[in-house]
Amino acid sequence: MQSVRSVACAAAAFALLAVSAAEGADSADSAEGDLVIRGAGATFPQPLYEEWISAYAEQAPGVRFEYAGVGSGKGTALFLAGKDPDGKVFDGADVDFGASDAALSDKDLAQVGERGAVMVPTTGGIVALAYNLPGVDELKLSRAAVQGIFTGTIKSWNDPIIAAANPGVTLPSKTVTPVVRRDSSGTTFIMTSHLAAAFPAWRDVAGVAKQLDWPGNTMKVNYNEGVAQRVKISTGSIGYMEYQFAKRLGLPMAMIENKAGELVAPTPESGTAALASAQEVPDDLRVFVPDPPGDGAYPIVGYTWLLLYQSYPDAAKREALKGAVLWGLADGQPIAEEMGYIPLPEDMVEMARAKVEAVY
Amino acid sequence: MATNPFERAGSSGTITRPPSGGELTTDSVFRGIAYVCAALIVVLTALILWELGKEAMPAISKYGLGFWYGTTWDVNKGVFGVLPEIWGTLYSSLLALLLGGVFGISIAIFLTQDFIHAKLAVVFRTIVELLAAIPSVVYGLWGIYVLIPMIRPGAEWLHQHFGWVPFFSTDLSGPGMAPAALVLAIMILPTVAAISVDAFRRIPYKVKEAAYGMGTTKWEAILKVMLPTASSGILAALVLGFGRALGETMALAMLIGNANQINLSLFAPANTLASLLASSFPEAGGIEVQALMYAALVLLLITFIVNVAGLAVQQYTVRKFEGKA
Repeated sequence: MQSVRSVACAAAAFALLAVSAAEGADSADSAEGDLVIRGAGATFPQPLYEEWISAYAEQAPGVRFEYAGVGSGKGTALFLAGKDPDGKVFDGADVDFGASDAALSDKDLAQVGERGAVMVPTTGGIVALAYNLPGVDELKLSRAAVQGIFTGTIKSWNDPIIAAANPGVTLPSKTVTPVVRRDSSGTTFIMTSHLAAAFPAWRDVAGVAKQLDWPGNTMKVNYNEGVAQRVKISTGSIGYMEYQFAKRLGLPMAMIENKAGELVAPTPESGTAALASAQEVPDDLRVFVPDPPGDGAYPIVGYTWLLLYQSYPDAAKREALKGAVLWGLADGQPIAEEMGYIPLPEDMVEMARAKVEAVY
Repeated sequence: MATNPFERAGSSGTITRPPSGGELTTDSVFRGIAYVCAALIVVLTALILWELGKEAMPAISKYGLGFWYGTTWDVNKGVFGVLPEIWGTLYSSLLALLLGGVFGISIAIFLTQDFIHAKLAVVFRTIVELLAAIPSVVYGLWGIYVLIPMIRPGAEWLHQHFGWVPFFSTDLSGPGMAPAALVLAIMILPTVAAISVDAFRRIPYKVKEAAYGMGTTKWEAILKVMLPTASSGILAALVLGFGRALGETMALAMLIGNANQINLSLFAPANTLASLLASSFPEAGGIEVQALMYAALVLLLITFIVNVAGLAVQQYTVRKFEGKA
């Protein structure tokens, strides 16, 4: 009887859980006095957006911003749908802006509908390759090494291809274990864009995407902080993540060979040099720098975008959101620089400002 | 004249009497509750299966049997297959069963076959059962911060000296098959040990006395008489432990490494069906949700097959070793 009862209880609990998960979609907007503006998307700029939100709170009392770091892929989907149809993010309340490291694709743009969409670059970010190799304080990776590691052809850290760029360093014979993002991610998009630009053969292996089935002995983890954490506890691992996340956990970051053949460490300066080498900026501000050519440019960088609707029927929401984004483009930039992001180039700020002003 | 011989017994003044109305009601109410409870289990299981099947239907019709032997999980291209996860689930559970089984049965023998004082045995048993009360996530954290650093030097040594053996062909980076299987073994240990202890306890003491009487040594009595006699109970313990290992989620999601590959190496990262579900579900949408539901069905089916097979083996041993039909 004992076991029968406990089985029944477990089954009942399971059924309850399933029901409540299915019906959690209908809780309403619970703003009490404050105007709440909600956004969701990339985890890459999440530390910055959170910092901006708390700094801007003093400027605009009565408005509360909420940001959910759900990854660029999910953020784009939420923005296109206007809210979470499953009711998980913000309990299904309206999503007022999105955020993505991959901007919106033409296919996404076609789905936006009559409200229209504006892409506003807010900052640039560096994707660092952080590693965990006891005894190796400085690791230099040639282009061939980066390619070999992420395509799974380099299996051991003492591979001659890695050793060639690291004279004088004793590399252990440990197994190479890349750590990648499992969820749909803009960081993955920036990483694969670089791989595709630097190694034409990459497109045969996987291609450019926010989410893919990585080849080789790779560990798949959710979110930037997950990748950083996994690298921290796994020796012989190397993972790509936003610079801040590696820095926060004190992970060593590899120097990477750029297009000009220099080995460059990820720093705000080398990132700025990379963004500055971008060619002309298209009208929709979708600029990608998959393989920056400049001197001293760190090769894996990208912009990150806020996704706004072209029109907001709610005037109060529109003005509050516009004010906040304009503030971020002006006063927010030094904060970005302090946190290790790359501040936007001057002319990019001007173009972005014009885009925000045009929201009606 | 016929007299009712029971009349006197049925009249007042004696302790026997026919059941009263209240007793009859209690009896039928209790029987009703028992029936409802039993039916509820069946209904709930059927409901869960039906719900899962309904959600998974689009994926089942789209991917069919290829889902079972596909090795890619690519949301972007919409290609799904769970062979690496099936492999990881069975491999980790079998390793855990091997370790946990040997340890659990040894503990049961130690506690029941007069090795230590009965009172001390109770203390030991309580401690072993305490392992079952530790939350899964604590096992996961313990695995990451204690177990992995602890076994890493040994794994490294094995990889360097016996790297040609497929089981040691990679070195232990961090999360991987070995720490996952070790933690799983500890998690199923209380189940295996407790039920095996009960199986040994059920054997009448006379059986052992008879064995001694025939001139067996202590170990002959344990291995040739006690163990076979308790075998059906021990098998039940192993089946339950294996079922627990197949479905364990949280600790494995933290320790297995989430790598979509099939690798014999004990130190390589792998993945299991349950941890695939746990790590993918929060982010999934559209076709991936259906594929995950399909994966859940696969897990359910594997568990079902294992339980039925376990039951069959158990009945066989009951016939063979315990002489019951």
